[in-house]
Amino acid sequence: MTAEQIIFLIVALFTLGSALMVVTTGNLVHAALWLVSTLFGVAVIYALLNAGFIAVVQVVVYIGAIAILFIFAVMLTRKDLRDQGPQMNSNWWLGAILAVLVFAGLAFMLQGWSGFSKTAAVLPSGFDAVGLLGEQLTSPNAYVLPFEVASVLLLAALVGAVYVAFNKK
Amino acid sequence: MNFLNDPLKVAAAWLEGIFTGWGMDAVAAHVLVVFLGVFLLIAILMVLDIFLVWVERKVVARFQDRLGPNRVGPFGLIQPFADIIKLIIKEDTTPEGADKVVYNLAPILSMASVLILWAVVPLAPVMLGVDLNVGVLFLIAAGAIGTLSIIMAGWSSNNKFALIGGFRQVAVMVAFEIPMLTMLMIPTIFAGSMNMNDIIESQNIWYFIISPLGALIFLVAAIAELGRAPFDLAEGESELVAGFNIEYSGMKFGMFYAGELLHAFTFGGFWSILFFGGYRFFGLEQVSPFLAILILVIKAMVGYWVIMWIRYTMMRIRIDQMLAFNWKFLTPLSFVLVLVTALMNALLSGADAWLYILGMFLSNVIVGWVALEIARSVAQKERERVEGAKAVEAAPH
Amino acid sequence: MIPLSWYLILAAALFSIGLFGVLVRRNAVAILLGVELMLNAVNINLVSFWRYADVSAMTGQVFAIIVFAVAAAEVSVGLALVISVYRSRNTVIANDLNLMKW
Repeated sequence: MTAEQIIFLIVALFTLGSALMVVTTGNLVHAALWLVSTLFGVAVIYALLNAGFIAVVQVVVYIGAIAILFIFAVMLTRKDLRDQGPQMNSNWWLGAILAVLVFAGLAFMLQGWSGFSKTAAVLPSGFDAVGLLGEQLTSPNAYVLPFEVASVLLLAALVGAVYVAFNKK
Repeated sequence: MNFLNDPLKVAAAWLEGIFTGWGMDAVAAHVLVVFLGVFLLIAILMVLDIFLVWVERKVVARFQDRLGPNRVGPFGLIQPFADIIKLIIKEDTTPEGADKVVYNLAPILSMASVLILWAVVPLAPVMLGVDLNVGVLFLIAAGAIGTLSIIMAGWSSNNKFALIGGFRQVAVMVAFEIPMLTMLMIPTIFAGSMNMNDIIESQNIWYFIISPLGALIFLVAAIAELGRAPFDLAEGESELVAGFNIEYSGMKFGMFYAGELLHAFTFGGFWSILFFGGYRFFGLEQVSPFLAILILVIKAMVGYWVIMWIRYTMMRIRIDQMLAFNWKFLTPLSFVLVLVTALMNALLSGADAWLYILGMFLSNVIVGWVALEIARSVAQKERERVEGAKAVEAAPH
Repeated sequence: MIPLSWYLILAAALFSIGLFGVLVRRNAVAILLGVELMLNAVNINLVSFWRYADVSAMTGQVFAIIVFAVAAAEVSVGLALVISVYRSRNTVIANDLNLMKW
């Protein structure tokens, strides 16, 4: 095993363990904090994939904004910060079976795919992923339309969120 | 390649030679050397941090017409060490009902969020930790961890003042990240790269001269991010006692305090890197890397001094005023400024250097002037409205 | 070198864990946490396909960015709805929000 593979395995175990804590822990603030560590793990995975920009954006957007928003929402939606009652609904076993089935099905389908155990080509020297990404996001021949649609979606979500959550006196 | 021209690489090669001479694996030796380098950088930063405590206290004393620490050692230089001894021997308390793991993790994350910033700081042309091609964004990513540490501290303390302070600080930090991120785009536009070293290398003329407004907005956002006066409402001694770190004692409080000081110094450094040419000073940086480090430290100290200057001469503003100032003034202004800068950059890209500089400078001045005029007229109307309301109230019925 | 399969299996596992969270949690905020995990799993897939196919075609990274935007929009609107529901019903437990169900 190479060093890279060992790092991947450690990070993957860390990510999946944190993800399991997110869905099982009773204290919701802890669940949100476990989500943060999951997101960190995913950011490291991006870094392992040579996608440095995506990794940094993951930290900025997910941890800097989304996780903080979750923690705020948890604190705003409870009368006291202690947890009462069961955190899972009565047919949690059905959910568990479904999740395992989905995982098994995905793994089985991927197993049959020809490109499954492909290895990555070496990055060409001087490859500038960030510059290329910027060009593709703003070029009319590439992805400027999805990019603009995403911006409009964000604006609409911003306005909608403010409207929905605004406390009308 | 000798030690004086490229000290880091020479020292690293020398150490690796020693380690492999002991029969160590080449990869393991490399990892060990990198680890030692990180350890050395952190150790230097922590020593610098101790020195910063003294600097801060001396400077605030000057601003307030006092002497500052002057009892322990010459000019009070030993005072920070006395403070550290005091902090270490203080009782380390954990409040009743606190979330212990989160409570103890928060100061560590707070310090770490500052220290990892130095990974991308180019100390000299040949000395930098990571040559990250998204170095500018890394600044915001580290800030996200700082935000997280504050909400963790506020929540886990099981104290309402801490929670209110944490909420306020996080609301401020999340909001002011937007103008800050937008202002980071301005050096990026000029340099055509998000790499810190490229940004410094391309500053044949300081970006402060090309984009003074951008530098000022960045400074304001940085001060808000630091949570220093006039934006220190998370601490708000008169209302919240101490804000999010109210329950922390001893060295845990010391971590927050030292982290804040180092953060201020670091932002001074980033201000100088992004807008004042970093380690460059009329070619002096080419003479020796040590001179380049000295230049960067002096520039960072000047930036830090400006931040202190603002801190100790301004009064605190209210949370709603502050958020309104961000969302209604600073954010739109920074968006307009980036739009104008990008447009001017495209228009003037083929022009002479002096025309480029003049055009950029004038466009900045015009944008700033128009923004101030709009703000002034809005403030005027607001004042009239308030005055009118008061007159109605005061009038006899 | 790490084969592509490792990333895909990791993403599938993360997706399944997120699905489990969405299906079984009672608290609406916790359900949204599960949705975040699923979106992250999708993003891992997108970025790893970018890396393992032709790297000069940036489609994977572009759509990862768009997923970020969609996730931010989803969380802001979702949490706004949760807070709004909490204001009117005083609960965020999904089982108790059964006004439309009989």
